[in-house]
Amino acid sequence: MAEPVKKARTEGKGGLHTDIQKLNMGPSHPATHGTVKFTVELDGETIQAMDVAVGYLHRGFEKECESGTYYQAIPYTDRLNYNSAILANLGYCMAVEKLLEIEIPDRGEWARVLAGELSRVGDHLTRLGAACLELAAMTPFLYGIEARELIWDLQEMLCGARVTSNYVRIGGLQRNIPDGFEDRCEESLKRVDELLVDFDKIVTANRIFVDRFRGTGVLSREDCVAYSVTGPLLRAAGIPYDLRKAEPYSKYDEIDFDIPVGTTGDNYDRFLVVQEELMQSIRIIRQCLPVLRKTKGQPVDIQDPHIRWPGKNRVYGRMEELIQQFKGVTEGIKVPAGEAYVAVESANGELGFYIVSDGSGKPYKVRCRPPSFVNTQPLSRMLVGGLLADIIPTFDMVNMIGGECDR
Amino acid sequence: MEFDLSKIPITLFIFSLIVGLFSPIMTWVERKQSALMQDRIGANRAEILGIRAIGLLHPVADVIKMITKEDTFPLGGSKFLHNIAPMIAAIPALISFAVIPYGGHYQAWGADWTLVVADLDYGVLYLLAIGSIAAYGSIIAGWAANNNWGLLGSIRVSAQMISYEVCMGISVVGLFMVFGTLKMTDMGIAQQETFRVLGFVEHLGWAQAGTAWVDFVKLPMWGIFLQPLGFFMFMTALIAENKRPPFDVPEGESELVAGYFIEYSGMKFGLFFMAEWIEVVVIAGLMTAMFLGGWSVPYIPDATLVEFFRGGVGVNMANVFAMIIHVLIFFTKVISMIFFLQLIRWSLPRFRYDQVMDLGWKILLPLSIANVAVTGLIMLLVKEVTG
Repeated sequence: MAEPVKKARTEGKGGLHTDIQKLNMGPSHPATHGTVKFTVELDGETIQAMDVAVGYLHRGFEKECESGTYYQAIPYTDRLNYNSAILANLGYCMAVEKLLEIEIPDRGEWARVLAGELSRVGDHLTRLGAACLELAAMTPFLYGIEARELIWDLQEMLCGARVTSNYVRIGGLQRNIPDGFEDRCEESLKRVDELLVDFDKIVTANRIFVDRFRGTGVLSREDCVAYSVTGPLLRAAGIPYDLRKAEPYSKYDEIDFDIPVGTTGDNYDRFLVVQEELMQSIRIIRQCLPVLRKTKGQPVDIQDPHIRWPGKNRVYGRMEELIQQFKGVTEGIKVPAGEAYVAVESANGELGFYIVSDGSGKPYKVRCRPPSFVNTQPLSRMLVGGLLADIIPTFDMVNMIGGECDR
Repeated sequence: MEFDLSKIPITLFIFSLIVGLFSPIMTWVERKQSALMQDRIGANRAEILGIRAIGLLHPVADVIKMITKEDTFPLGGSKFLHNIAPMIAAIPALISFAVIPYGGHYQAWGADWTLVVADLDYGVLYLLAIGSIAAYGSIIAGWAANNNWGLLGSIRVSAQMISYEVCMGISVVGLFMVFGTLKMTDMGIAQQETFRVLGFVEHLGWAQAGTAWVDFVKLPMWGIFLQPLGFFMFMTALIAENKRPPFDVPEGESELVAGYFIEYSGMKFGLFFMAEWIEVVVIAGLMTAMFLGGWSVPYIPDATLVEFFRGGVGVNMANVFAMIIHVLIFFTKVISMIFFLQLIRWSLPRFRYDQVMDLGWKILLPLSIANVAVTGLIMLLVKEVTG
C-alpha cells in the first residue's frame, strides 16, 4: 500500500480510490450540434475540467469573400447563422452601404426590419425548441418547430427561400414585398401566438424543466463583460445591452419595443429572456405591417444603377439598362477605398462586419465578429463544477451555431 | 399453486396474445400517440401489397430491419457478457406478466379456469424480485461494452434501479395491509366489493344508520381509492424502473448518446427495446390488477354477472360470457393505462441524474413510509369505530 498512486487518483470518502474519467464529447455527439468538441474530465458525474475545441466547421468564409465581388459574398453570409440568415445578410450589406455612404428608401428599411425580426423569431424558436428536445421533451419542440415553419413560410414568400434566404442586397432588397404579404403575416402570427401559449404552458412552469435550468451554467455580470459576451446571455445576466437600442440602426429608433433583462444569468433566465425577446420581435413585426401597407407601391431599392442594377424586365428591352446590368455583374460595384465596421443585433448577440475596400470591385478584407464564437469562450467557466447533464441546457442556451462560430 | 393441464390452453392463448401482440403494437401506439400529441401524421409508410393499415405494418418492418441488421461487437468488450445482457433484460419482462390475472375464476363443462398463468400466493413479491433481475441486464450491457458512455449509463442504471426498488416495495405495503394478501387474484376479488365513502358520517353520529344519501355514495374498493398516494408513488417508481422518460437518465440520448446499450445493434438492440415496451404493458397490467379493480366490472361482482347470464344461456355459457366480458374489461383498463403512461412519456422533460436520486430517496421514500403509518392508523380507527 506504500506504492505512490497515480497523480490523477484522488482519495475519495472512506479511503476509496477514485479515478478521473476523461470523456471526449464530440465533435460528433448528439449534444454538440454544429460540431464542437468538449474534452471533459469527470469525477463521477461532476465536471472537473473542460476544454472546448471549436473550428470543425471552418470553411474560410472571410477569405472566400475576397475572391468575389461584393454581391457574391451575400450568399456566404447566409451560411453563417443558418437559423437567422437574413440578419447576417443585413449586417454585411449595411457595412458595404456604410462604405458607399448611401441610404435606402424608407420602405426598404421597414422591410429589412420586418425580415430581420422574422428571422430572429425563427432563430429563437429553434433555440427554445431544441433546448426542450435535448431534455427529451419532444412535444414542445415540435410546437416550436410548427411555429418556425409558419415563419419560414413567410420568409419564403418574401424571398423564395426558407433557410438560406439571400434576401438583402447592397442598396435594397432582392425584391419588393409581395402582394398579400401583410394579411398572411398577421394570420400566421396569430397561430404562432397560440403555439407559444401551448409551449409556455407545457414548459416554463414545469418543475422538472425549471430544476434542470435554474442555477445551472451561471455566468456572472462581471464575467459576461470580461468575456465580451453579448446577446441574450448578457441580458440574462442583467445588462440591458441591445444594439437595437444602444446604437439604433435602420428604423429601430422609431419602433416601440422593450429589452427583457434577467437577474442571475443562469439558464432559466436565459430561457425566459429569449422567450420574451421572441414576443418583442413579434411586437416589432406587428408595428412594421401598417407602415408597409401605407407605403405600398414605393420602391425598396436605391435608384442608382451603379449600386443596385435595374430589374430584368427593363434589362431585356433597353440598351442602357442592359449595359448597366452587364457591368454590375461582371465587374461588381465599385466601393470607395476605406474601411467600415457595422454591427447588428443578431439572435445570438453582436454580429459585426468589418470591411476594408481598396476601391476595386472586390473586397480587400472581410472580417466577421461572430457572436457564437465569443459566447462559446466562457463555456467551460459556466460548466466546471456542474454536472455532466448541465452541459446540455447550457450549450443550448449559448446556442453556438457552427457555421457562425467557425466561419 | 396447483398445476392443472386443463387450464393451460386458454391461459396460454391469452397470455401469448398479451406478450406477442401488445409489445409490437406498443411501437405503433408510441408513434401514433406521439404524433397525435404533436400535430403530426405519424408513421404510415410501410405497406404490403398496397395496404398500409394506418401504420400498423411498421412493427413488422421494424422486426425485419432489426433481425437483418449486422450484429456488431465492441472492440475490447466482453463477448459473453455482451451477448447475455439483452437476454437478462428481456426475459424478466416477459415472465413477469405470468402472475397478473386478466380474469377471474370460471367453471364450465366441469373444467376450472383461472385466468392467470401462475396464481402465486406471493405474486407481488415475485414481481418485485423479477423486476430487480432486469436491472442486471442493463448494468452488464453497459459494463461489457468497454465504452465510457456505456459505463456511465450502467452506473446510472444501477443507482436508479436500486433506489426506486426500495420505494416501489414500500409504497405498496399499504395496499397489502388493506387487502391482507399478496396474491394477485385475491386482490382482484377483494376489489369487487364496494364501500360507502360517507360511512364515517353515521359512525360519528351525524346521521342515522341507513340514511339514503349516505348509502348512495359508494365507490368500488379499488386500490386507487383506498391508496391514492400509493397509486401515484408505485406508478412513479415503476416508470423509473422502466427507464422511460422522464426517468431515462441511463440512456439520455443527448448526454450519454445511448447510455448502456450504446454498443448494441440489430436484434440485440431490439431486445432492449422490446423489453422496455413489454415492461410498459406489464406496468399497465400491474396497475390495473392492483389499483384499478383488475378484470371486474365496477359495482358488479363476478357472481352477479354470471347469475345475470345464467337464466338465458345456461351456467356453462354464462361463465364463458362473463369470462369474455372480464378479459375485455381488463384489456380496456390496460390500454387506458398505457395511454396515460404514454401521455406522461411524451409530455415531460428528462430529470437530471441527481434530481432522480433526490426524488427517490428524499421524497418518495419518506412519503411511502408515511403512507404505511397513516394507512395503519386509519385501519385501526376504522376497526375501532365499526367494531
